[in-house]
Amino acid sequence: MLQPRSIHSSLSFKDKLFSIDYVLVFSIFILGLVSILAMYSTDGGEFKYHTNSHILRFFVFFGMFLFISFVQIRFWHSTSYLIYILFFLLLLGVKYFGLTSSGSKRWLDLYFMNLQPSELMKIGLIMFLAKYYHRISIENINHLRFLFLPIVVLIAPIILVATQPDLGTALLIAAGGLTVTWLAGVRIKFFAFSGLAFLALLPIAISFLKPYQKSRILTFLNPERDPLGAGYQIIQSKIAIGSGGLFGKGFLQGSQSYLDYLPEKHTDFIFTLFSEEFGFFGSLFILLLYAVIVWRIVKIGNLTRSNFGKLYCYSFATAFFIYVVVNMMMVLGLLPIVGSPLPIMSYGGSSMMAIMLGLGIVMSCKVYKDTPVN
Amino acid sequence: MLSPGSGNTVIKSKLISRRMFLLTAAKAVVMVGLVGRLISLQINQATKYKSLSDKNRFREWKLAPERGAIKDFFDTKIASSEPLYQLHLVPENAKDLDNLFVRLKAILNITDRKVSYLKRVIKKQKPWEPVIVSENLDWSDFSRINLFLHELEGVEPIVSVARTYPDNSSAHILGYVSQISAKDLQTKKYLQELAVPGMAIGKTGLERKLDEKIIGKVGYQRYEVNAFGKRIREIKIDEGQAGKSFKTTLDYEIQKYTNKLLKDKAAAVCVMDVYNGDIVSLVSSPTFEPNEFVHGLDKAYWNSLIKNEKKPLANKALSGLYPPGSTIKTLVALSALENKIIRPLDTFRCKGKIELYGEKFHCWEKDGHGIVNLRRGIQRSCDVYFYEVARKLGVDRLSETAKRFGLGKKVLDDFIEERSGVVPNTKWKKKFIGQNWYLGETLHSGIGQGYFQSTPLQLCLMTAQIANGGFEIKPRIIVDGKNDNLRNYLKHKNENPNEPLPTDLLVSNFDLKPLFKNQEHINLIKDAMFSSSNEPGGTSYRHRLENPKYTFAGKTGSSQIKRFTEAQREAEVKQESLPYKDRDHALFVAFAPYKNPQYAISVLVEHGGSGGKTAAPIAKKVIKKVLERHELRRSVNNKIGESV
Repeated sequence: MLQPRSIHSSLSFKDKLFSIDYVLVFSIFILGLVSILAMYSTDGGEFKYHTNSHILRFFVFFGMFLFISFVQIRFWHSTSYLIYILFFLLLLGVKYFGLTSSGSKRWLDLYFMNLQPSELMKIGLIMFLAKYYHRISIENINHLRFLFLPIVVLIAPIILVATQPDLGTALLIAAGGLTVTWLAGVRIKFFAFSGLAFLALLPIAISFLKPYQKSRILTFLNPERDPLGAGYQIIQSKIAIGSGGLFGKGFLQGSQSYLDYLPEKHTDFIFTLFSEEFGFFGSLFILLLYAVIVWRIVKIGNLTRSNFGKLYCYSFATAFFIYVVVNMMMVLGLLPIVGSPLPIMSYGGSSMMAIMLGLGIVMSCKVYKDTPVN
Repeated sequence: MLSPGSGNTVIKSKLISRRMFLLTAAKAVVMVGLVGRLISLQINQATKYKSLSDKNRFREWKLAPERGAIKDFFDTKIASSEPLYQLHLVPENAKDLDNLFVRLKAILNITDRKVSYLKRVIKKQKPWEPVIVSENLDWSDFSRINLFLHELEGVEPIVSVARTYPDNSSAHILGYVSQISAKDLQTKKYLQELAVPGMAIGKTGLERKLDEKIIGKVGYQRYEVNAFGKRIREIKIDEGQAGKSFKTTLDYEIQKYTNKLLKDKAAAVCVMDVYNGDIVSLVSSPTFEPNEFVHGLDKAYWNSLIKNEKKPLANKALSGLYPPGSTIKTLVALSALENKIIRPLDTFRCKGKIELYGEKFHCWEKDGHGIVNLRRGIQRSCDVYFYEVARKLGVDRLSETAKRFGLGKKVLDDFIEERSGVVPNTKWKKKFIGQNWYLGETLHSGIGQGYFQSTPLQLCLMTAQIANGGFEIKPRIIVDGKNDNLRNYLKHKNENPNEPLPTDLLVSNFDLKPLFKNQEHINLIKDAMFSSSNEPGGTSYRHRLENPKYTFAGKTGSSQIKRFTEAQREAEVKQESLPYKDRDHALFVAFAPYKNPQYAISVLVEHGGSGGKTAAPIAKKVIKKVLERHELRRSVNNKIGESV
């Protein structure tokens, strides 16, 4: 097909423009607009701080996404390790220079924004492992010798993030990393063994949990345990979503969020707010947008030739899906409150930046789908 | 493209795709699960969650209804709900609290203590919850605040309503209102629905008796509130319903007059219409200021009430228990006549004392009254005569008559303060003291001492029932348009003087209950009482009213606090020379006018000495005042009769 030209990897700008996945770009853009609507509602129907800054972030990082799309995939492949190391250093930086807020140290003050490196690490880890498994040969994948490095690069950032403490993000980072190793062909028995080891270590892990984290888990198991304390968020979120009904209470009419019954409505519970105001059909629409995004990313993975691209796209699609699902299950009362943002919808610069970076690399895989990475 | 190791790459790529397929399948399952959860919450359980959301969203505030008025017989309000000017402060709206307090101190009379108290309250509350800076501003302060309002941001002048009493003349019978207490909520069922924070409820007297009806129906405001309980906007308002107003039988003018007469005395006066039991006046002294109770009592004032040995808080007319003393002699004589123990002209000789059962029984007249018959016995209040009568009569027959005339039981409905007193007899003593009756005690009972205990209200009722010819009446304080049977009968009797009805027909035609066997006996007692007040030698002769329009017939009494010792008796110690606490209570009962009785009165003066000296003069003045207003009262009464 286009082989001769692709070998030379000298695509014209027009070619690149045509090879962009417009369904994906369009879906992201629509989701961005919906998120702005939701943010406008959390501000009580006014353009206030959250709305304005969300709009700014969305467009800045959307631009970054488009820019990254046109950067050669070869560049991302070659810098994967470096990027991981950079993000890891930032995480270390948090440990020593981080900002503390509500009892946990997660942010770096960059003067123009507060950066949360753990969000970036979600992408960095996937990139690292995708490159690693791209490079080693299939025979070596299940050799213990070659499992050593992945385990180290997986565990190290997770420990850093979990001790911030930010259990939710740590688990989501782990989910992305494990997805890559699984897709790369690591045998199930290794997962089973580490699963068993994890279970064995669980009691010790629990003893390290902060009291509020323990209470969250207990509360999840029985939200009515303490309706005004830890169970409050889950109960109020369920009330908000349930009372939305089929068509919702109407834009800017969500009494639960408008009257401040909803906690964290800008960030983790943005879906609750949207669902209260737009009802079952609105929720379905959001779910559909996310499904389309995941589907298009997987499709790009199918198209791209390199195993780096495939591993990266599949893993990112899965991780992205997990972020969405974990957040939604949380607000729907199916998971404990772990504190995970809803990609693109939630207020938060670092999360937006990480997701747009991840999507940009996916798009770069599409644009340079036939280009070998090395 | 076919680089070395490309086969390897292809195998790897196939492996990746295979595993990705599994993941995609898993994703689809999770997606279905999410949609299922949404269906469950937003479709299946939508109704439940909508109601929960509304419960979150709306909150109702109860509004205290306006308390109904209490009026006297001439429709003068003696307890009403009047506008009250208050000053509230919403800390959230004030820019600079310290500055504001400085300004307020300059305009109003607020103490530093009050300011620091308010600041503490503000710290504890939510910033949008108002604090009350001043509960009850007078008009000039209120208008001054309104004048400076533009520079007092955060301050809100509020016009509210509060219980107001024109004066303290009827404090005891009206009672007072005060804030609901936790105990009230537990014990009074009707309050459980009504309970509005800060609402005043009746604590004593009529305010308490009528509370359930006078309190009104609670209104409510429904507000949309946020998660912190702050009101966002009003959704609905129901004003509620003002309480029912009540018209009483009291005469405010007489209340005021009597209250002034009793000033500084520990005393009680009760005036009753003898035909329908209407309580025209019921005053207990010293009185207290009921308005003080409405807005939380001042501690110093409360202490002064509690420590006062004249017990201003007690309603002595209803809850004060005193031996009836010689006032009971009317009933002793009546009981003896009815039981055919004596005839009116039977005589005894009074030598100043008699010795019976090895005990000396003294007459108050040391030298004795000489030959005494019934009329003279009552006129002079001869104790020896009544010792003899009581001895023959026996305490059980006496107690039966006394109870019939209303002693020993509560005579008003639902007055928490009212006490029943004691009419002793042999059974009673066995039951409550656990001892047999001694004959000597019969003699003490015969002159109203010993175990006998009665309230001034009971003595008034007793006198009224003698005055009206011996028919039972039910004392009442709320006008209800009934109770006119006895007057109807009198009217009938006057219109048909030539066909007197036999007693049993009276009963069936006019629904009357005679308390006598022979009405002639009642008339004998009335005549004896007349002589006591209007013939020389009578115990209250000095304080008679000579104008036949006002002439009253009464009986004095004094209830002993401490028995006189023989030595005191020999030394002829006067009551006035005893310490206040040891002096006898002075009593006087009477009815007037003698020829055509309309009102009965009882007067009690605690530690007043003898009834003839201290109680009778008060009764004389009150009787005159009451009779002067009689025509006025009858004209209102006729109107009420028409309207009912």
